[in-house]
Amino acid sequence: MQANQFHSLAYAFGFYFFGLLALASAIAFVTRKNTVAAAMWLVNVMFALAALYVMLDAQFIAAMQVLVYTGAIMVVFLFVIMLLNLGHPSELADARGKWGYLLALLVGLAMLAEVMALNRSRTIEKMIPPDLAARAAEAAATPMAGGIIGPVAAPLFKEYLLAFELTSVLLLAAIVGAVVLGKRRTDAR
Amino acid sequence: MTHAMSLLLQAANPQLPPTDGMFILFGLIKAGAAFGIYMLCVAYTTLAERRVAAWIQDRLGPNRVGWEGFLQPIADGVKNFMKEESMPGGVNKALFILAPALAFVPAMITWAVIPFASPLPVPGVGLIDMVVADLPVGFLFTLAISSLGVYGVTIAGWSSNNKYALLGGLRASAQMISYEIAMGMSTVCVLLLAGNVNLSAVVSQQQAQGWNVLLLTLAFFIFAVAALAETNRVPFDLPEAESELIAGYHAEYSSMRYSMFPLAEYANIITSSSLIVALFFGGWDIPFTTWDNLPPWTITKTLATMGMYVSKVMFFVFAFIWLRWTVPRFRYDQLMSLGWKVLLPMALLYITAVASMVLALDYAALAREGMAFRGAMLGMNLVFVVLVFWVLDRGRIISPAFSRLERERVNRLRAVAERSDLLTGKGA
Repeated sequence: MQANQFHSLAYAFGFYFFGLLALASAIAFVTRKNTVAAAMWLVNVMFALAALYVMLDAQFIAAMQVLVYTGAIMVVFLFVIMLLNLGHPSELADARGKWGYLLALLVGLAMLAEVMALNRSRTIEKMIPPDLAARAAEAAATPMAGGIIGPVAAPLFKEYLLAFELTSVLLLAAIVGAVVLGKRRTDAR
Repeated sequence: MTHAMSLLLQAANPQLPPTDGMFILFGLIKAGAAFGIYMLCVAYTTLAERRVAAWIQDRLGPNRVGWEGFLQPIADGVKNFMKEESMPGGVNKALFILAPALAFVPAMITWAVIPFASPLPVPGVGLIDMVVADLPVGFLFTLAISSLGVYGVTIAGWSSNNKYALLGGLRASAQMISYEIAMGMSTVCVLLLAGNVNLSAVVSQQQAQGWNVLLLTLAFFIFAVAALAETNRVPFDLPEAESELIAGYHAEYSSMRYSMFPLAEYANIITSSSLIVALFFGGWDIPFTTWDNLPPWTITKTLATMGMYVSKVMFFVFAFIWLRWTVPRFRYDQLMSLGWKVLLPMALLYITAVASMVLALDYAALAREGMAFRGAMLGMNLVFVVLVFWVLDRGRIISPAFSRLERERVNRLRAVAERSDLLTGKGA
């Protein structure tokens, strides 16, 4: 009994710690004027999210979160920021004005209201398909073949193989498109 | 009541896993011990580098402080702490101070998931796994964390407010992204054979099937080259090329903050060596015997396997140092084309070949531990190794260097040499 209480307390502590860390880092990320500092705060957000995934027993997603977002995408972001060398923070002074702030505040309030309304009306619970809970229980009962990545890999490469491969082709097309657009000379008429 | 009984039984039998409380306690002990030993190893790798370099260059090296220079790392540490810490003008202060830590920490955490000995039975406690954290995502964790090493170098280069440092940081991030891809691809083959990403599972697969270096030599080759590139050492030290960039990303650093960067480099060497050992050289497995792989676990087995593991890692640390003092630096375009045009396509082709082979052998219903499966993998591997190294060699080692020149030119050079009596050895 005591062990259970300790676990739930530790869980609650972890949830609020990493949740608040993610929120605080996200706020720091959007308010920094220095682009490199902002990028580093975004990295911090990714880490806090990865910690939350680990608490949900989704270690694979957590590892992928760090590997893909922090280790690859953010490094490329940082690379581009440094390569473009976006001037001194003071030169990038805020040019949005008070109307911009007001609009942002209104949009933020509207979104907050929507979230609260959804939460109150229990629409989210109705949106979850009824057999999902049964399927989750079934998945938890069956032993995992191939360690922790088995349950992710098996549906991905059996049931959804076509969708998975098509997605990779789509991504490739996007990369090729970006290269073509980037390589096009602006002076060629 | 029955729960308490089973707990007591568990505590009495050192061949069973420990209880929760003991698990946490021993986890903390392992983490502390591993941290201390790791820091000591990093410090002594600096001495090893200097002594081996001296040996390769036929000089003495640091041998004055203590017996054969064994107190040199401590003297260096004291010296670095006593030096003035400079803060150049116009730096981004927070990031400038943060960068050395960002460089060092990832190399250290990666080590946490690598198993370093057979489980240790502790009387009255239970069986303690000899790995700091046996994560179910083990191998992906190492990839994820080692991909963060680039931040330290890049941020150091950017925050220094120095053109050369910035160029070094940019080079580092380009280089590390390029080689990370080849590195990740090369390990897919290992995971195909192991069927799991947990590093303990990879080690036990190698105990059953034989070391991966025999079955997947090319994967080992690609991984080793990529790991060398990730450590930013010669021949891949473009980010700190002193002839072009002064000292690259750490040009503005001094004192202990500077020495965090070389320390991170040595920490990376040890971690890369441990990963190579765990993935391709059987981890803590002792070759030619199954005595060490089977329960009942004893303290003797733990010590013997740990000794085996340490000697394997030390060999690779030596190999890293040996390479540094043997080969010259790449040109930047050579570096990029090696990563993208040689290693990556090679790794992709190899994955396809290994996956097809494993699939075919599984369809033939061959047991993975059986002789037929291992023989088939070994045979395919041999064919690949001969092919690839013959292509990569292009008449450099197997045939003499002049075989690439035109015959007429060789004859002309020979004639010149004859005239000056260079070949006959009767020169003036």
